[in-house]
Amino acid sequence: MQKRVKMAERPASERIKDFRQVNLGYTNEQAVEEAKRCLQCKKPFCVDGCPVEIDIPGFIKAIAAGNPLKAAAVLKQKNNLPAICGRVCPQEEQCEIKCILHSKGEPIGIGNLERFAADFEKEHYAKNNRHTALMPKNGIKVAVIGSGPAGLTCAGDLVKMGYLVTVYESLHKSGGVLRYGIPEFRLPDDILDYEIENLAKLGVNISLNTLVGRTKSVAELFDEGYKAVFIGTGAGLPNFLGVPGENLNHVYSANEFLVRVNLMRAFEFPLYDTPIYVGGHVVVIGGGNTAIDAARTALRLGAEEVNLVYRRSEQELPARREEVVHAQEEGVRLRLLTNPVKFSGDENGFVKEMECVKMELGDPDSSGRRRPKLIQNSNFTIRTDMAIIAIGLSPNPVLPSLTEKLERDDEGHLKIDDKYMTSIKGVFAGGDIVGGETVIQAMGMGKKAARSMNEYLKEINPKPS
Amino acid sequence: MYKIIKKRLLAPSVQLMEVSAPEIAKRAKAGQFVVVRVNEKGERIPLTIADSDPGSGLITIIFQEIGKTTQLLGTVKEGEEILDIVGPLGMPTHIENIGTVVTVAGGVGVAEIIPVAKAFKKAGNRVIGIIGARSRELLILEEEMKKHCDNVFVATDDGSYGQKGFVSDVLSDLLSKQINIGLVYAIGPVPMMRVVSELTRQHGIKTVVSLNPIMVDGTGMCGACRVSVEGRTRFACVDGPEFNAHQVDWNELVSRLSLFKKEEKVSTERFREECRCKKG
Ligand SMILES: Cc1cc2nc3c(=O)[nH]c(=O)nc-3n(C[C@H](O)[C@H](O)[C@H](O)COP(=O)(O)OP(=O)(O)OC[C@H]3O[C@@H](n4cnc5c(N)ncnc54)[C@H](O)[C@@H]3O)c2cc1C
Ligand SMILES: Cc1cc2nc3c(=O)[nH]c(=O)nc-3n(C[C@H](O)[C@H](O)[C@H](O)COP(=O)(O)OP(=O)(O)OC[C@H]3O[C@@H](n4cnc5c(N)ncnc54)[C@H](O)[C@@H]3O)c2cc1C
Ligand code: FES
Repeated sequence: MQKRVKMAERPASERIKDFRQVNLGYTNEQAVEEAKRCLQCKKPFCVDGCPVEIDIPGFIKAIAAGNPLKAAAVLKQKNNLPAICGRVCPQEEQCEIKCILHSKGEPIGIGNLERFAADFEKEHYAKNNRHTALMPKNGIKVAVIGSGPAGLTCAGDLVKMGYLVTVYESLHKSGGVLRYGIPEFRLPDDILDYEIENLAKLGVNISLNTLVGRTKSVAELFDEGYKAVFIGTGAGLPNFLGVPGENLNHVYSANEFLVRVNLMRAFEFPLYDTPIYVGGHVVVIGGGNTAIDAARTALRLGAEEVNLVYRRSEQELPARREEVVHAQEEGVRLRLLTNPVKFSGDENGFVKEMECVKMELGDPDSSGRRRPKLIQNSNFTIRTDMAIIAIGLSPNPVLPSLTEKLERDDEGHLKIDDKYMTSIKGVFAGGDIVGGETVIQAMGMGKKAARSMNEYLKEINPKPS
Repeated sequence: MYKIIKKRLLAPSVQLMEVSAPEIAKRAKAGQFVVVRVNEKGERIPLTIADSDPGSGLITIIFQEIGKTTQLLGTVKEGEEILDIVGPLGMPTHIENIGTVVTVAGGVGVAEIIPVAKAFKKAGNRVIGIIGARSRELLILEEEMKKHCDNVFVATDDGSYGQKGFVSDVLSDLLSKQINIGLVYAIGPVPMMRVVSELTRQHGIKTVVSLNPIMVDGTGMCGACRVSVEGRTRFACVDGPEFNAHQVDWNELVSRLSLFKKEEKVSTERFREECRCKKG
């Protein structure tokens, strides 16, 4: 059977010297060749695997026929940001795992093809040819809180339906995790800028530096004439380990480290004013995308060695497989079945070593993954001058804690009904703040919420058409 | 963009700015701060909202030019704009009527304590102010302080004005007079807040301090500002910046504030160099 067409990558030795993209994208010929491998199944299982049900065979067929613009149009029926999803979606566990060719060998490179079609559209025809059907403006104001993938998708759909949409963002730049979290070498800023500019062209108004809850409240938004509100404030609260020494200098949350580098451009210090420490011996604790991004970023800043410490085995690593492989190629060392118990510092309070214990895997827990168990008396230390903690994020509590009657579950996620409405009438929510974990889930929820908001607004304000 | 409407030098290297930020002015309360980014390459730094007027839409910030960013901010002129300001951030001061409140501030901290003194006064308290500076010319806002306090004591390190010594010395005298004090509130350099905290602990008087750790976003998403209070890690930007002084881990705060000493020096020297080039 024909093998998957590999996407060109820059060699590890070269790419760790800068923040430019690792994957170079398909050429036209490569894309057509890969697209032609698709069997065009009558019952495409891949579509079941896609959280937003993209017509996958449809867009691949268009690429095979040499019409990437049409492919992009098919993608955009379900996905507003294909250039982003093509780069960051965990396709290997969503659509590609369901591909019929998966059992026979290599599944179709659906993500690679998605990226190809979206990039092609952007590069070639996008400027003249935005084929977005706009409804006439209906004069109804809606507000979106948070400019991550959930908020941006929701805003895009609502503006196309004719609403007057304002997005409120607390930071000085929009994009959420796509901006401040995911590094440039996986998702370049210009792709995000391009998508956000398009939203602006459609008429979405983005109001930065507005922390809703503090700068203005949800109730005030309604007073200002907004008829419905979407909350997409994400999971921005970094978790810490709770072990001694965690507040020593040069122990960072991955969020702080990545915000300094990606949002504040500390890698260009002192040209940019925000400083960052470049550790020689860096440890990163965690195994998700955030941990891998932090580890690879530390290498690019110039770390001599980066140890990634994870308490389960390689099989359980939650990060995308491709990113783990890339990280290892670049020199990130995996220290598996290892858990930190303590940091110690020098006399000035700067971290100097991390004490760990060895773990082994026991019985499966509620998530089905085998539970890590401590091995007694297995303590050992790792030398480090910079530790980055990436053990997960919790729902951002700022807005919920300052908004009366907005109900949360035990984990702090906003409670929503099957229409994405929260406990407050007219206030909807989606993305990580309600328990999503990926970009595509956030977008899917933003999209569905936009539809519900439209229905809701039609109901409360029926107008003769 | 946030336009500077008025700018005034309060003391050498201490600037006051009134900035147009109507949304912030509408909601700002005592104890809250803003995060400012001067220009595209700028760092985000926290500054207390020293005053706000919903009517005119102006907020007042008062800052000491100590490093790159505060010096850069000092170069922005009346009529020019600051790129980003977000706020009001942090928990407002818990204001209640508890009888007598002593507000203690040193250096630029005087600017930060005025809204607090004002709010306690308004709530019906007797408010005593203790303010200080290294010398007379560095003392700021004495008249303003007098407006909101029943008594104001002044101390200067060199004795050029008021009592010679530290604000904590004045507090110490006051405490020995056995008057009934419901609350001591202190803002200023960490060593000052720490001494105040030690003094009031001995007298068993409830004391609140406004902490000034390094911050980045100021909205609770990075943990740069974490401080240990009562053995628990708290994020000063959202859980604070005010905490019970007697529960603060001061050593940790001092150490964390020294995090980027080297980089700060690089930035500041580079900035001085640039200024010199421009002038020369
Ligand atoms: C480092 C990192 C790497 C990741 N890699 C991947 C990946 O490869 N693939 C993948 O699918 N997923 C990945 N994820 C997860 C993915 O980024 C998130 O699931 C997704 O961004 C969630 O989108 P969202 O719109 O819900 O929230 P966010 O992207 O978190 O955006 C929320 C926005 O709301 C703003 N906000 C918060 N509170 C307020 C308020 N009160 N007022 C105004 N604005 C507010 C925030 O500043 C932020 O901009 C990664 C996450 C991280 C942190
Ligand atoms: C809640 C809060 C309110 C504050 N209010 C005022 C105020 O009203 N007026 C005023 O003059 N100062 C205030 N500060 C302190 C002010 O933020 C710092 O002086 C400023 O950030 C220094 O920046 P720089 O680049 O000029 O100096 P740098 O040379 O970078 O730093 C000088 C010192 O300032 C501290 N610092 C550095 N970066 C930061 C940062 N990002 N956040 C906090 N501290 C930092 C460090 O201790 C450092 O050693 C406040 C701080 C906090 C946390
Ligand atoms: S400054 Fe980032 S969490 Fe407080």
